[in-house]
Amino acid sequence: MSGSTRPVTSAERLTRLLALVPYVVTRKVVGLADTAAAFGVTERELVDDLNLVWCVELKAPEPYCPIDLSYEGGEIVVSQAESIARPLRLAADEASALLVALRMLAEVPGDGSAVARLIAKIEAAAGAVAAASTQVTIQIDPPNGREVAAQVRAALADGRRIHLRHYVWGRDEATERDVDPMRLLVVEGRTYLEGWCRRAEGVRLFRLDRVLDLTVLDVAAEVPASAEHVDVEQGLFRPSASDERVELELSVPARWVAEKYPCESVTEIGDGRLRVVLLTPDTRKVRRLALRLGEDARVTAPAALAEAVRADAAAALSLYD
Amino acid sequence: MSKRRTERLLSIVVLLLSTRRYLTAEQIRNAVHGYPEQEDAFKRMFERDKEELRDLGIPLETGLNNAIDEEPGYRISRQDYELPEIRLEADEAAVLGIAARVWQSAELAGAAAGALLKLRAAGAVGAAGAPGLDDDQQPRPGIEPRLTTAEPAFGPLWEAVRDRRPVSFSYKGQGRSDVTKRELEPWGVVNWRGRWYVAGHDRTRKATRVFRLSRIDGPVKMSGPARSVTVPADADVRELVKNWDTPLPRDHEAVLRVRAGGGYGVRRYAKTVTPDGDGWDRITVQFADVPWYADHLASFGPDVMVIGPPDLREAVISRLKGVLA
Repeated sequence: MSGSTRPVTSAERLTRLLALVPYVVTRKVVGLADTAAAFGVTERELVDDLNLVWCVELKAPEPYCPIDLSYEGGEIVVSQAESIARPLRLAADEASALLVALRMLAEVPGDGSAVARLIAKIEAAAGAVAAASTQVTIQIDPPNGREVAAQVRAALADGRRIHLRHYVWGRDEATERDVDPMRLLVVEGRTYLEGWCRRAEGVRLFRLDRVLDLTVLDVAAEVPASAEHVDVEQGLFRPSASDERVELELSVPARWVAEKYPCESVTEIGDGRLRVVLLTPDTRKVRRLALRLGEDARVTAPAALAEAVRADAAAALSLYD
Repeated sequence: MSKRRTERLLSIVVLLLSTRRYLTAEQIRNAVHGYPEQEDAFKRMFERDKEELRDLGIPLETGLNNAIDEEPGYRISRQDYELPEIRLEADEAAVLGIAARVWQSAELAGAAAGALLKLRAAGAVGAAGAPGLDDDQQPRPGIEPRLTTAEPAFGPLWEAVRDRRPVSFSYKGQGRSDVTKRELEPWGVVNWRGRWYVAGHDRTRKATRVFRLSRIDGPVKMSGPARSVTVPADADVRELVKNWDTPLPRDHEAVLRVRAGGGYGVRRYAKTVTPDGDGWDRITVQFADVPWYADHLASFGPDVMVIGPPDLREAVISRLKGVLA
């Protein structure tokens, strides 16, 4: 809607108008600015909408204007709304978008009573079109993260600090720290604790299925006012200016790497082989990846990383001599 | 054009909601501004308008008022049109706010926003006496699930499962670079561990199949009319995807030497850990299959060494030699 340069279609605008009239009716009187914000339009666009609704005239049997409204002094009042005083039912897409999301929420461990009640209410209001929503299912299920997720929710609800031991895959390390929880995130099928890490003095994400131990402390959480949420809107793998570029050549059994890791470029180089440029915040991850791929992958740049991978493999092989 | 069209469509909705009798196309034309004089042009325009209204979910009914009517008319039943009464408690309104932000894709993010607007318009949230959606006033449950649908196949496949239509697309199987043409009766779309899949009856292979959306190459095309796909009553799409993509049970045992202070990814699942001298531990651990576990162990480089079984040991050595090849 707003922020897009695409012109609004007459269908989209009609949908908006059919919601606008009941929006005002149920509130009796409502400010122009608040309404514009709720509908994601400018005040000028809103006034255009109101004028359009007000101008509707039916010619037969007698000419009359079914809708009467005013917006003098920045306050909207609909004095006559006729047959469109209530909003249109939810469309199949609308009901499904909410129901699929709610069923996903219901899978997050912890108190889900409000979610269950809301699902029942939306299903009842949507009626037959709700059926389409069962065609889409979301499974978020880190089996060893469920208990931890419930503990994190309790800590969030009570505003308590958490002590956790956490496995860092890229460095193959277990680390211990105190964290003041901020949110429980579910992104790309995995559950994360977002919190203020008191060791790093920054906002960090912790994958719950990599939490080795978690204790809710009898200490109030203190998230600094300056702490900002991690922006997960574009997914978790977001390239950063400090990322390093790694070039890999992958043969057919290793092509999955191009799907799983964020790549700056992917090029077919014949025989089903790919050349990819990965962006990574920590080359130790790529070192581990290259070791597991064996002959199916080759680090071609940077040269120092290629050499480190070979050195790791040689050192590991010498254990078997 | 857009403003006049919107005005005309709105007039039709208001008119047909106010009448209990079916109104003919001619009666609608006489009551509503904006239709042309010329008969063919009117008919074309009216057909487009009806289609657009139905696409928006407006329940346009067709019927005859009595036996002597020759031409069918139109009306909109108020009961079918109106969103039923719905009131939310404060905690439900908070959950609704979270649910409406879950989708990150154009298709369903817009739909969720549209639903929220209708619920607000109905006074379910944000009106006098109803709880708001304003973050400042709500107890924050602190949960933020996100669903991304970066795969372009998601939109058409959602429409196909919603409308029960078969589809055709080109598919690149795992670890393959060649593309095969598939025709599918889709039964459902599943997000499993963050990845999107579609399951259904593969007409090409005459069997039940699961496809990963990211491996669909090029456009997904509708290959049949709406409601022409029947989902078997016993089809459990979630189970199909789960079985297709679930690791085998861990029913083999490995004995490993793991450097003290290293190999945490192995230690996490250890059954037993005993000191083995020279800064090493001896660990026993359950695993599922040799190729996968050998890849995993190789990734620890010189921090992990396999004592047995022999096939696992050979597989790890072969991975490491592969790196040097």
